[in-house]
Amino acid sequence: MGTPKNKLAEVLDKHEQQIAKGWLERQASTMRRLSGAEQQEVTRQSREFLKTVKTAAQGNGAGDISAPAWNPVRDFLTDFSAARAKGGYSSSETASFIFSMKQPLFEALRQELLHDPETLATETWRATELLDSLGLLTTEAFQKTREDVISRQQHELLELSTPVVQLWDGILALPLIGTLDSARTQVVMQNLLDAIVKTRSDFAIIDITGVPVVDTLVAQHLLKTVAAARLMGAECMISGIRPQIAQTIIHLGVDLSDVITKATLADAFALTLRRAGFKMVREQKERAAEN
Amino acid sequence: MERIPILKMGDYLLITIQVDMHDRLAITLQEDLTDQIVKHRSHGVLIDISALEMVDSFIGRMLGSIASMARLLDAETVVVGMQPAVAITLVELGLSMTGVRTALDVEKGMLVLRTALSKARRNGAPRAEV
Amino acid sequence: MLRVLKSESFPIRASEDVVIVRQAVRIQAVSLGFGLVDQTKLVTASSELARNTLDYGGGGAAQIEVIQNDQRSGLRVVFEDQGPGIPDIDQALSDGFTSGGGLGLGLGGAKRLSHEFEISSKPGAGTRVSILRWK
Repeated sequence: MGTPKNKLAEVLDKHEQQIAKGWLERQASTMRRLSGAEQQEVTRQSREFLKTVKTAAQGNGAGDISAPAWNPVRDFLTDFSAARAKGGYSSSETASFIFSMKQPLFEALRQELLHDPETLATETWRATELLDSLGLLTTEAFQKTREDVISRQQHELLELSTPVVQLWDGILALPLIGTLDSARTQVVMQNLLDAIVKTRSDFAIIDITGVPVVDTLVAQHLLKTVAAARLMGAECMISGIRPQIAQTIIHLGVDLSDVITKATLADAFALTLRRAGFKMVREQKERAAEN
Repeated sequence: MERIPILKMGDYLLITIQVDMHDRLAITLQEDLTDQIVKHRSHGVLIDISALEMVDSFIGRMLGSIASMARLLDAETVVVGMQPAVAITLVELGLSMTGVRTALDVEKGMLVLRTALSKARRNGAPRAEV
Repeated sequence: MLRVLKSESFPIRASEDVVIVRQAVRIQAVSLGFGLVDQTKLVTASSELARNTLDYGGGGAAQIEVIQNDQRSGLRVVFEDQGPGIPDIDQALSDGFTSGGGLGLGLGGAKRLSHEFEISSKPGAGTRVSILRWK
């Protein structure tokens, strides 16, 4: 439409090779040394990106990058940043993909608008704004991928830190270490119930020796876990109740009357064995005379 | 009209709920079940909900009602096969299923029924000899 | 910035519709990638509220929306009826399931199963309940 609006598109088209070359050189200078394969990939990405930006600019000028014409560009950058984040590149290395395009682009604009300083100034400003917003987008996408990775790792850590142990046929133990918050409780419940199904267990002992603080919320979480196990037909006991914990529970007015509690895991285990119908017999071994 | 089939297993009745329950179906089930308990003089009811991917307060109340009705007719009830996700959600929902026995599966459910019945017998509840 | 990416409306006129709403919520939750427990919570909460809409609201509609804000996506379900309304919302929210026959038995439960919960209701002007669960 109006020529000034699409000056950028025109320049990107006319000077594409020159911009690409200059851009790749600047990228190389701002990044660490790349392997041959990595370099090839960057070259391919850069050329593809340049084409995508050109097409978008032809459709919409250097306007609002949230417009539909710029969707392919945004999608490209989102995928690109995610790949860089996962690939161990730094935030700067990722953003410099965009920012190192500035100088070759301005150079091309200058050549094109040598005799029209006012338009040159306007177009340079437009180009700066465009690249700045694309750069910000890249950084945000990078951040998000990093956060997703961290959150996934946290979840995996959570899963690993709540193991369910089979003490005997039909008897499970769940030694809890650390705090029991709402998120952890969900994982604990899932692990425990899945284990009950898998092992067809009738008893589960939740040992809280390693839980430093038992307040009303923690007590609620424990009671929920007990209730859930019960719905699966398994009876839950809580062991590892330290004297201070016992005092706290009473002072808080938490009602644990519905749950069997034992001071130690050993006591709880012995009780479940009895209830499961097992009987422990210690055999007296004949001692051969030593001399 | 669709009905939930009720199977006779010796002294027990087995109901397997596999469809999304709606009101009429629930009422029909309760009517059929009470009929069958009396007809076969059953003393135990097993409700298999292993196919249910959700239990809301309506279904929870239905299970509770069935257990109460059965008890009036001298039969004990066990709900078996609750899926872990359903159990976790029920607990979060706050629906207390007190008054409803639960077991992991039909096999364990029958064990629970046998125990419950022999206990009732010992306590002198009127019961026909099996 | 909160965006509604997708929105589907379902009438609630008969008990079969409650089942339809449940299934639609399940399908949407699965396609959004919610884990099994999260799916179940969404479906169960929706079932409670759909029943309320039918039993106490005289029928109405459910709107299932896919929501997106800057960091995450979520599923929102809005239940609306033109029924008699709830005179005492606080009381309805605290009603236990065992206080049989009381209004809004599902409200407190639905709230507990959701990340976000909103309710507006005026006697004579209907009720609108919205639940949301983030991924």
